[in-house]
Amino acid sequence: MAQRPVPVRLTPEEQKRRRQRSLAIALTLGGLVLLIFVVTMAKLGPQVLNRPL
Amino acid sequence: MTIATNSLTETTTEPFATPGLSQGDVADYFALLKPRVMFLVVFTALVGMVVVHPDVHPVVAFASLLMIAIGGGASGCLNMWWDADIDAVMTRTRKRPIPAGKIAPGEALAFGLFLSAGSVIMLGLVSNWLAAGLLAFTIVFYAVIYSMWLKRSTPQNIVIGGAAGALPPIVAQAAVAGHVGWESIILFAIIFMWTPPHFWALALVKSGDYARAGIPMMPNVKGADHTRLQILVYTLILAPLSLAPVAMGFGGLAYAIIGTLGGLGMLALAVQVYRLREGEPAARVAQQLFGFSILYLFLLFATLLAEHAFGVFRPVFG
Repeated sequence: MAQRPVPVRLTPEEQKRRRQRSLAIALTLGGLVLLIFVVTMAKLGPQVLNRPL
Repeated sequence: MTIATNSLTETTTEPFATPGLSQGDVADYFALLKPRVMFLVVFTALVGMVVVHPDVHPVVAFASLLMIAIGGGASGCLNMWWDADIDAVMTRTRKRPIPAGKIAPGEALAFGLFLSAGSVIMLGLVSNWLAAGLLAFTIVFYAVIYSMWLKRSTPQNIVIGGAAGALPPIVAQAAVAGHVGWESIILFAIIFMWTPPHFWALALVKSGDYARAGIPMMPNVKGADHTRLQILVYTLILAPLSLAPVAMGFGGLAYAIIGTLGGLGMLALAVQVYRLREGEPAARVAQQLFGFSILYLFLLFATLLAEHAFGVFRPVFG
């Protein structure tokens, strides 16, 4: 019978660091989305809405 | 071209608690980007932008600056990945995240490559592909030409490698003006000529550290006296060169005064470094030159920034 792999148990400190890393990634991605939006508006201005319908 | 090898596996001092899980916190990842170098990159790039009074939206200029900063940080991260073995034996660098066992070498490599590609692509999209190409060149120059090749193979390592640290104003001008002009080339030349006296002053004090790590810095290869002569020669070129912005018309009266006084200060300290060769006074004056060189470069660029960004420019000629 095949042995089941030992489950990985994170220490509270490891969990805390992982949560902080995840939060930093989320904030960075949010910032990137905002940056791309603002740069698009700055470069194109109102023209961004001027498209054939 | 000889690519020196490193030995990452021998340097990680602490085991990773949970295999496959990063032990680093957010601050460790930030430290991989060499924040102090990143500040210098942002600062010099900002000056490279303002001296040409670009006709771009401030948001585009800000986004370009951010990408240049991230690209600079990414090259620092790749440098830390490659140099983890020598960082581990130098007192100044042994607490960096990789030798301290907080971040695995592979993580740092992935982080650095991801940020490099991301910053170059984003800069191309935000500004133009000339700037993006120059940023890519800067990253490759620092991570491959300097870190992997020059640093471990020649005492001229920081002379040639210094070009990577001097490039941000050129990248910045390309980003906001669409071309590379004389202004940023002169700023490049000032940082390029400033780098050898700055780093060799530190190398004189930390020569034991570099010898232990096997890095062929000038004092270890050619001797301390030869290094002192080189510092003096480079400073003799740097002091008048730093006044080139005045001659070219983009350095004003304040810059002329600061540049002249700062250049004289650098020269006075370089002469002292050349004359004092023994014991504690020699180490102290080398340390003073290292510290003053940072202040000198900061004042030169801060004055240009103030003159152009805050409207205090007063022309010296006419």
